[in-house]
Amino acid sequence: MSEARIAVHVDKVDKIFTSRKAGEVHALSDVSLDVAAGEFVSLIGPSGCGKSTLMRLVADLDSITSGEITVFGKTPEQARKDQDYGIAFQQAGLLPWRSVRANIELPLEIHGWEARDKKERSDELLELIGLADFADHRPDQLSGGMKQRVAIARSLAERPRLLLMDEPFGALDEITREHMQNELVALCQETGAAVIFVTHSIPEAVFLSDRVVVMSPRPGRITEIIDVKLGERGEDLREAAAFYDGVTAVRTALHGETPAGARGVENR
Amino acid sequence: MNAGSTARTFLAPVALGVLAIALWQALVVAFHVEPFLVPSPFGIAGAFTDGASNILTASMATGLNALIGLAIGAVSGVFVAIMANALGFLDRMLVPLVAALAVIPIVALAPIFYAMFGAAAETGRQLVAAVAVFVPMYLNTLHGLRQAEPVHRDLMRSYAATKEQTNRILLIPGAVPYVLTGLKIGSSLAVISALIAEYFGGPAKGLGRAITSSAAASNYTVAWAYVLGAVLLGAVFYGVTAALESFAHRRRSGR
Repeated sequence: MSEARIAVHVDKVDKIFTSRKAGEVHALSDVSLDVAAGEFVSLIGPSGCGKSTLMRLVADLDSITSGEITVFGKTPEQARKDQDYGIAFQQAGLLPWRSVRANIELPLEIHGWEARDKKERSDELLELIGLADFADHRPDQLSGGMKQRVAIARSLAERPRLLLMDEPFGALDEITREHMQNELVALCQETGAAVIFVTHSIPEAVFLSDRVVVMSPRPGRITEIIDVKLGERGEDLREAAAFYDGVTAVRTALHGETPAGARGVENR
Repeated sequence: MNAGSTARTFLAPVALGVLAIALWQALVVAFHVEPFLVPSPFGIAGAFTDGASNILTASMATGLNALIGLAIGAVSGVFVAIMANALGFLDRMLVPLVAALAVIPIVALAPIFYAMFGAAAETGRQLVAAVAVFVPMYLNTLHGLRQAEPVHRDLMRSYAATKEQTNRILLIPGAVPYVLTGLKIGSSLAVISALIAEYFGGPAKGLGRAITSSAAASNYTVAWAYVLGAVLLGAVFYGVTAALESFAHRRRSGR
């Protein structure tokens, strides 16, 4: 991969948290990963495997202990200051005293956009997430899925080339979740952004991703990277044999062996 | 709230109050209690209606001092809390001072302020109220500023928001309900402080002075009528600020 084609470059990264209570926690050990521009990469693994930590390091919300991370060839701090990424978390994290529109415009407001441009962009995004009629509603008037759509619209507001998503659908019911996954796939095809997507749902990871990074805990490390070459994402894919093959491959990597009498897709 | 529970919420305390007043009146009449011990409720009510315009004037005087004190104490408490939250060293410097202010009876400062500003000026009484209000305003605001959720802090960091932007967009709006709780607590303190400060002298036109001078002139029933005026003044302050607080909380519900 040439330099320009790499969105995120993670090289031999270690992260050690030190706390008075727990002492030293080796959250990440010798993690290396490249994410290409426009590529969708999921991080999956059990709790404590460092998948969220890795995403937070890329976002410069925490700092690495050793190794190197570059985001579009810059330090994570510079990339954060240059607003090279958009971010969404498991909690929608909307400000409850702001309207839906004002929440979507939050990053634009912080970065000094003109009122007219803000309005134009938030109109586009409201249309995109299908909540144009809810522009003036407050977050507490929305369902969980709608809140998360607003959070995703907010993360897209400045047309980032990289999206960092930490279990954004983790708190949603299965039906809403699949719907949101379809929307996200469409959004990514439209915007061409690279995505680092943290999840602990195997089918979600397989459905969304070009590659699934399987991690394991104590210390957090990458055990396997699985290429999922499913091609065009669509509702049919959820029933396709190739999809089940991907699920089985990821599950095998997670558990270290093929589970006896492989069943269908587990829910999460 | 349905009609039945509304009735229980409001009727029960009203019934208790009516019962207590009736009992009070009955006891005073039955045992011929002297007014300097306890005047009868009807006697107080009579003195209150007879002196209504004087009581209103006195309430306005004390209420104005309390209101000015509340405003000064609230604005300074919020401002200093925002500064202390932004500058850790200031917070640590203020801990002993605020603890001291919280434990000393603020009205004890009244004679000192009178010496500084003159007992004739209202400044001393307003400052006593302001200092009393400052403490709960400062503590509540500081607490409120520290309630921001980690996900919101992460978000502001990811936007590379400046400290000023984080304060203006996240921390201060988030602290508003806590500020209003502080204001509710402060409103009662402001009335009490402004009133008690009048006990320490000066030609005050307010309720405190009226209570002490009526009592000194053996007009006990009138003194009680002024006390009733003070209760109503306190209730107005408390009621308005409590309504503000619950309005703000309702707007934030579902967070």
